[in-house]
Amino acid sequence: MYFLRRLIFAVPLLLVISALAFALVHLAPGGPFDRERAPASPEIERNLKAAYHLDEPLWKQYFRYFGLVWEKDADGRWQHASASFDISYKYRNQRVSDIIAQALPVSMTLGGLSFCLAMAVGLPLGFVTAARRGRWEDYAGSFLSVLAVCVPSFVVAPLLILVFAIKWHWLPVALWESPMHAILPVTALGLFFAGKVARLMREGMLNAMQSEFVTAARAKGLGESTLLLKHAVRTAVLPVVSYSGPMLADLLTGSFVIENIFQIPGIGVFFINSSLNADYMMTIDLALLYAVLLIVLNLIVDFSYTLLDPRVKYE
Amino acid sequence: MSEANQHVSPGQRAWQRFQKNRPAVCAAWFLGFLLVAIVAWPVILKTSGAAFAQLHDPDRLSDAQFVPPGAQHWFGTDLHGRDLFSRVLFGAQISLLVGVVGAGVSLVIGVLWGAVAGYFGGRVDAILMRVVDVLYSLPSVIFVIVLITTLGGMLKQSPLVHNSPALAGGLRVTLLFVGLGAVSWLTMARIVRGQVLSLRTRAFVEASRALGGGPVRILAWHIIPNIFGVVITYLALTMPAIILYESFLSYLGLGVQAPMASWGTLISDGVANINPIRIYWWLIAFPGGVLVATLLALNFLGDGLRDAWDVRGRN
Repeated sequence: MYFLRRLIFAVPLLLVISALAFALVHLAPGGPFDRERAPASPEIERNLKAAYHLDEPLWKQYFRYFGLVWEKDADGRWQHASASFDISYKYRNQRVSDIIAQALPVSMTLGGLSFCLAMAVGLPLGFVTAARRGRWEDYAGSFLSVLAVCVPSFVVAPLLILVFAIKWHWLPVALWESPMHAILPVTALGLFFAGKVARLMREGMLNAMQSEFVTAARAKGLGESTLLLKHAVRTAVLPVVSYSGPMLADLLTGSFVIENIFQIPGIGVFFINSSLNADYMMTIDLALLYAVLLIVLNLIVDFSYTLLDPRVKYE
Repeated sequence: MSEANQHVSPGQRAWQRFQKNRPAVCAAWFLGFLLVAIVAWPVILKTSGAAFAQLHDPDRLSDAQFVPPGAQHWFGTDLHGRDLFSRVLFGAQISLLVGVVGAGVSLVIGVLWGAVAGYFGGRVDAILMRVVDVLYSLPSVIFVIVLITTLGGMLKQSPLVHNSPALAGGLRVTLLFVGLGAVSWLTMARIVRGQVLSLRTRAFVEASRALGGGPVRILAWHIIPNIFGVVITYLALTMPAIILYESFLSYLGLGVQAPMASWGTLISDGVANINPIRIYWWLIAFPGGVLVATLLALNFLGDGLRDAWDVRGRN
């Protein structure tokens, strides 16, 4: 029930976001055709604008975006005007949905793999640093995780390229073709989150190890490794799970830089270009796409939280 | 012993604990040195001889392209033969300023929002915190990018800045401050709300209310001073996040613009000069290294402050 309510609540939310994005992109001075080859006559410009309905009042354009406009044709009959959300001014022989269909899987793969890397490195690291608290493993591991949080991906990525691709020729410099191409970008993107996950996991483990049910289990004579691995871990991962919502958001947008550095044809490149080039519909589409992705991913995260922690009940 | 303890205020006790935290103290010293260097370097350039000043002028183009780090240019020179050491120090002004001012903006919004929500409770609290939840689940980067391209475009068109590039740059940086602060206040609001929620039922608040104190008076005089430690701590942790954010945007070409430089733009320049023939590692290593060191220091400082103020103590 709760999740259904949240899903329904998402609809007005998306409408507000679309209206906001619509207003913002149209507030920007200049239009999508300002950067056309220079001597376009005013007439051509006017025709272009008319063809894309950019000369209409804003509210009408907004309705047209969703395909909610009916117009009289030459015979005086009311005809449904097609929706404009799929139009890109820049890539005129492609629809936005085609571009998304090409680019989204790439971005999702990059983000998904980085997510896996962050978990695969962060969870064990956090566990070990907490379990070996106060010894050298703790200090080394904790320092590594703080370091990972402080080194931005756009510093790691060029260094990785310089060392592994240019100096040693082990891995390709850029592009997105084979699994080998994925290693460097995924590492560069995932490292930050691995550090973050490790820090959260360590904190969670320390709290869990001080809690009473662990003391009780220890008093019953449970071995230390079973205690930590079977009992403490279950509550220790909870902060990590609740962080994974915002983390997915940051992974999606963090890939802008990585896509830029490694020349990966993902969504981020299109988003930045569209917002710089006043490609109105594409900017709004992609902003909405990110919002939808996040809402859905957050729902999944919250749902899995209830599975992991029976104390949490959403009403 | 007990008598001595009676005269130690919570602030003094926190200060004592902070001094024992070696990494945090080192971080504070590092940041102090960095600040002194940033302030002193322009003065040194002014007062020293013309040759020295010319050699280290961050904006003066010269024929000494891509000189590796050495006695003359401590951090080497870039594509245009500009001294990298100077550029890093001048870029630090912008990066740190964005961090401080952005954190300040987030402080004001977050404290007000959280304090009102926590103090009034009930319906007001539910609505205000619902807004925070919704904003949490949205990709703020998308919003900031659209906002900056829109307002940045408006800036370029306005006649006010047409003949003054310096003013245009300044306004753009101001835009960055506000935009970044405006999306970074969410966690602050949550923390402040939690604190206020527990403080408002305390006896001293009751007493003030009984004496006829209104909500503004109670919040400003009795509650907010009490959450100072928590707020300062979180502020120290917000700053690196905002600095990172700014360098991310500048890296993508959306932040600080050309004649001005920040650490993000310097790293971006370095990445642009990656090629397989010659490796100009210093273009990435030095700006990146200073950025990473600063973020590390701020993180250690923040952690140290948190441990110092956190009376529950984890040890």
